[in-house]
Amino acid sequence: MNRKIFVLLSVLLAATFMLTACGTAAATEAAAEEPAMDDTAMEEAPAEAAAEPVTITWWHISTKDPALSDWQKMADDYMADHPNVNIEITVLENESFKTKLTTVMQSGEVPDIFQSWGGGTLKEQIDAGLLKDITADLDADGGAWRDTFAPGALAVFSSDGENYGVPWDMGMVGWWYNKDLFTQAGITDTPKTWAEFLTDVQLLKDAGITPIALGEGDSWTGMHIWSYLATRIGGEAAFTAAADRSGAFTDPAFVQAGVELQNLIDMEPFQDGYLGATHDEMQATFGNGKAAMELSGQWAPSVEAANSADGVGVANLGMFNFPTVEGGAGAITDVIGGGNGFAIGKDAEPEAIDFVKYLTNVQNQTIIGASGTGIPVVKGAEVGLTDPNLLLVQQSFAAAKYFQLYYDQVLPSAMGGIINDAVQKLYAGTATADDVAAEIEAGAQEQIK
Amino acid sequence: MQFLPVAKQKLNLAKNTMNGRRTQDRIVIALFLLPALILFLLFVIYPIFRSVYFSTFDWKGFGPAVDYIGLDNYKKILTDEVFLKAIKNVLIIITLSLGLQLPLALILAVLVGRDLPGRSLFRTIFFLPYVLSEVNTGIMWMLLYNADPTRGFINSIMVQLGFEPIAWLADMNVVIFAIFITLTWKYFGFHMLLYLTGLQNIPKEIEEAARIDGANSIQNFFYITLPLLGSTIKTSVYMSVLGSIQQFVLVWVMTRGGPVNASETMATYMYRFGFVRYQLGYGSAVAIIMFILCMIFSLLYQALTRKPDYITGL
Repeated sequence: MNRKIFVLLSVLLAATFMLTACGTAAATEAAAEEPAMDDTAMEEAPAEAAAEPVTITWWHISTKDPALSDWQKMADDYMADHPNVNIEITVLENESFKTKLTTVMQSGEVPDIFQSWGGGTLKEQIDAGLLKDITADLDADGGAWRDTFAPGALAVFSSDGENYGVPWDMGMVGWWYNKDLFTQAGITDTPKTWAEFLTDVQLLKDAGITPIALGEGDSWTGMHIWSYLATRIGGEAAFTAAADRSGAFTDPAFVQAGVELQNLIDMEPFQDGYLGATHDEMQATFGNGKAAMELSGQWAPSVEAANSADGVGVANLGMFNFPTVEGGAGAITDVIGGGNGFAIGKDAEPEAIDFVKYLTNVQNQTIIGASGTGIPVVKGAEVGLTDPNLLLVQQSFAAAKYFQLYYDQVLPSAMGGIINDAVQKLYAGTATADDVAAEIEAGAQEQIK
Repeated sequence: MQFLPVAKQKLNLAKNTMNGRRTQDRIVIALFLLPALILFLLFVIYPIFRSVYFSTFDWKGFGPAVDYIGLDNYKKILTDEVFLKAIKNVLIIITLSLGLQLPLALILAVLVGRDLPGRSLFRTIFFLPYVLSEVNTGIMWMLLYNADPTRGFINSIMVQLGFEPIAWLADMNVVIFAIFITLTWKYFGFHMLLYLTGLQNIPKEIEEAARIDGANSIQNFFYITLPLLGSTIKTSVYMSVLGSIQQFVLVWVMTRGGPVNASETMATYMYRFGFVRYQLGYGSAVAIIMFILCMIFSLLYQALTRKPDYITGL
């Protein structure tokens, strides 16, 4: 008995202690805050004229040069011109950026400017009221700022015609191939149709060359082949219908994409152990000349070189657009891609928007073209592009009549993982094309509202 | 007869003063415990209840959770094939850990615990993997396991010996065992160290006495060393099981739970839904299920092993 009473007592004691502790702390905090708030309120009126100090928070994920120092320099230059503005840059690695952003967003504290890929995740952030509508800024002075952008790229950062961010660069996925290995297999021209593609795969196999490098351990690498097939077969209409729920991911286009992919997988065109290989290992296989092709983005030339044994990579590199599928609605010029941009947080000051305007001017955009980190999105900045591989991407990109944003970015955030995991089962041989379509559709019914 | 009440009175008196002093002591103890208690409540108890709350929502982590769905998340998890696969994988890892990893650690501990030449060197070598960070270990083993015999060390040796190379991390039937090998490599040193400490606490005299009575070293091990190591083994098994249930880093780095969930553990399943798909409500529900499983195991284990060491032997 005694013991119970004692336990009760100590808990009570602890509780009262905690309550008092919290109480006093909160009280002092409030007391400390009050005069501070008065200060700013009082200063605000006269400071209006003499440029009030402003701090802009900017989160990005460019952990490597040249983008890292380019952006730092742009911020420094801007601060030099605007002494009242202080730009606080937080550089985070991709995964930790996503995790940290999710955490701060739960508390409603959003950075003024942060890296974004537009699409479905951006829409979720807009719906949660975390972003600022900057359409008026784009349209100011007769749309002066808006007109500088390539419209397709700008649309990636909008929802219902309202922009909550702006693009920085764009890229796309295509087949990168090793010209020497193609010659060795007796292939004279790049394939234009899926049937030609499969023939070439067989030719490469006959010549003892692994046709395709794949890193299906990072499931998104293989998902791109499926999504491209779906785009070639169903065209813009099939995807739009599935995404706005007037259609479904079990529609014939998506099932047929699975069937065609199955045909490719059945030829065993990938390197050994591709199911467990990472994206880096896929780039290494391709970069070391151990496979003739890989479906990869504009980053492929630099990443395959970095992962290759000699650090140089494929000597004779080329790129061709994903071939058309016979009878499909999609054109060979349609591309799947996406790019980086900046989303504007809900509490951003006008200075933050002005800074983004500065960031995306032609001069700064020319720098990314010149440094080879991406394809600029502002008209006139492509003159900076000198890298022949990036020029290939830029030409494909410019010729595209339909630009399909990556599936995992245009759809709600959870869909990316659902599609990747479902398509991976095709590669592992644990599901049929119908199963995969059904699994994606089940996820879509839950996630797309 | 006269004597009894007096004694009783005295006894009571003593009891009362003792009670008073005890209460005082306990208040002092409670006060000293208070800061830790507050931290514990704030950083352990509060987040648990917060997760329970979130687990009843369909919530993506943006803004407040509003879409209340009751126990639907739990229903879905417990009927999801992938989650059941993850539980099966965890059971495989636990079984192999208890059946292979801990005995190996024990044997090595007995070996390096003896007066053999170079034992301190071996002790250090065996403990070294545990010092390495888990991410480093994962990346290192990914390189070793590489399916290409010209790049993966293990496969290159196998080819030299005339075997077919194995795609360790890409074969859905092999991957969980490949991960177990890495886990063993990483953690046996820790358990060995535990056993070594336990061995040092066994008085030499007992073994000597047994030897004088004619016990050979195998008898010595099974009848003296093993029973006296009981409490250490208990701790080691406990940590091994809990560690297996929560295993995340090595699996995530090496395979991301793949290919096609073949190496999924409960923790990677939780991360997949919480931080890859951003279904934080669902992820919270997985976390709560893991918490309950760990809790059940802890309580059961404690109840089952409550008997004193010298009776059960284990």
